[in-house]
Amino acid sequence: MGNIKLWGLKKSPWVFHVAAASCNNCDIEILDVLTPRWDVERFGIVLVGSPRHADALLVTGVLNRKSLPRVLRVYEQTPKPCLVIGVGTCTCHCHMFEKSYNVVGPYDKHLPIDVYIPGCPPKPEAIIMGVVKALKRLG
Amino acid sequence: MNLIKAILSLLFFPGFLFTAIIGMFLTWVDRKVSARVQMRVGPPWYQPYADFFKLLLKETLIPEGASKVLFYLGPILGLISMSILSVMIFKMNFSPDGSFVGDIIVMIYLLALPPIGVIIGGSASKNPLASVGASREMTQYFAYELPFLVVIAGIVLKAGGTIKFGEIIQWQRVNGPFLYSISGIIFAIIFLLVIQAKLGFVPFDIPEAEQEIMAGPYIEYSGVALAIYKITRAMMLFLLPLFMISLLWGGIGDWWAVLKFLLIIVLIILIKNTNPRLRIDQALKFFWIFLGILSIIGLVLTVNGL
Repeated sequence: MGNIKLWGLKKSPWVFHVAAASCNNCDIEILDVLTPRWDVERFGIVLVGSPRHADALLVTGVLNRKSLPRVLRVYEQTPKPCLVIGVGTCTCHCHMFEKSYNVVGPYDKHLPIDVYIPGCPPKPEAIIMGVVKALKRLG
Repeated sequence: MNLIKAILSLLFFPGFLFTAIIGMFLTWVDRKVSARVQMRVGPPWYQPYADFFKLLLKETLIPEGASKVLFYLGPILGLISMSILSVMIFKMNFSPDGSFVGDIIVMIYLLALPPIGVIIGGSASKNPLASVGASREMTQYFAYELPFLVVIAGIVLKAGGTIKFGEIIQWQRVNGPFLYSISGIIFAIIFLLVIQAKLGFVPFDIPEAEQEIMAGPYIEYSGVALAIYKITRAMMLFLLPLFMISLLWGGIGDWWAVLKFLLIIVLIILIKNTNPRLRIDQALKFFWIFLGILSIIGLVLTVNGL
């Protein structure tokens, strides 16, 4: 029974899009992935409107003093097990905003990230590959 | 012995399990046809089952300050009523003698329970968007119930005033389906649009409007509770067309019923994919003024024997 449930999780990851003050390029690329051209519903990936329904959080942008509590709150509202996927170079390190006065450091200081997808912005193909790698981590 | 048989038929065939499996398959048909209409590939056939098992794995969160009993009562109410409805529809199609007086009224009430469950659950989840969704669900329920009841009244008149579901089907098997008359066609059109609204499909997906109020009443649901809502919706997708065929198109006794069923499902999906969402006031006007007058015209035609 546990195997069937895990199979279900791997075959239908519903994603919730957490835009933590990004410059919108990564967000537009995420929306591209959902368009008919790339059609991720083939893999069961659906964009949902509520973190309660989500299995994977797609976080974008540099964490700052204002967005950190919101991101943490969304993470706590998501039922576990859930994956966190960092989209864009901003989530790997702080990119060119590293020395900025209101940046609170990279994501892995604050919440567990499963997969980083570098790129500024990453290509839709790279985003799909990142989600596949995150699902492989589940076992 | 009879009790055990009744419980088994409620749980397995043709009750909960059978209806849920077929219904989930139909949600895949819906998603696949929608994808093909939008020139996409669409999900594989096992997608609804994967969604279901996934939701069993997730934890079920209850929002702080929400009523625990009502929060769980919402989804369970709809599931129970749909299981009973499936047993009644199948039993009375294949052995109409088991019909009792007024069972069509019981069926109307059973069909009313899923929206009531959604309203209870949405109001109990202590979320402003869920409250908006619940209030919209309530308004929409009052909107589509008026033409629906007039249509049922017309069907009862056509069947010579009987309020037994089995006798209505028997009448059609002897005298021909009600659909093949002017008033029958009017009733079928109204019935189709009411099914659309009962299923919460576009253009009547106002309560859960993904782009405005996220998922409306379902916004706080996760895990098993959300899975039960999904299953209830899938069972309704299976049962409402069967209900329509039983009342208007001569019952589901033969293999033609499969073709009739597929035709209705495809019509529902095509309406869903070619229409924008209405506002709640537009939906109310549409159901009460347009379809209300149309249903009364159908009733007048029925009385005059057309």
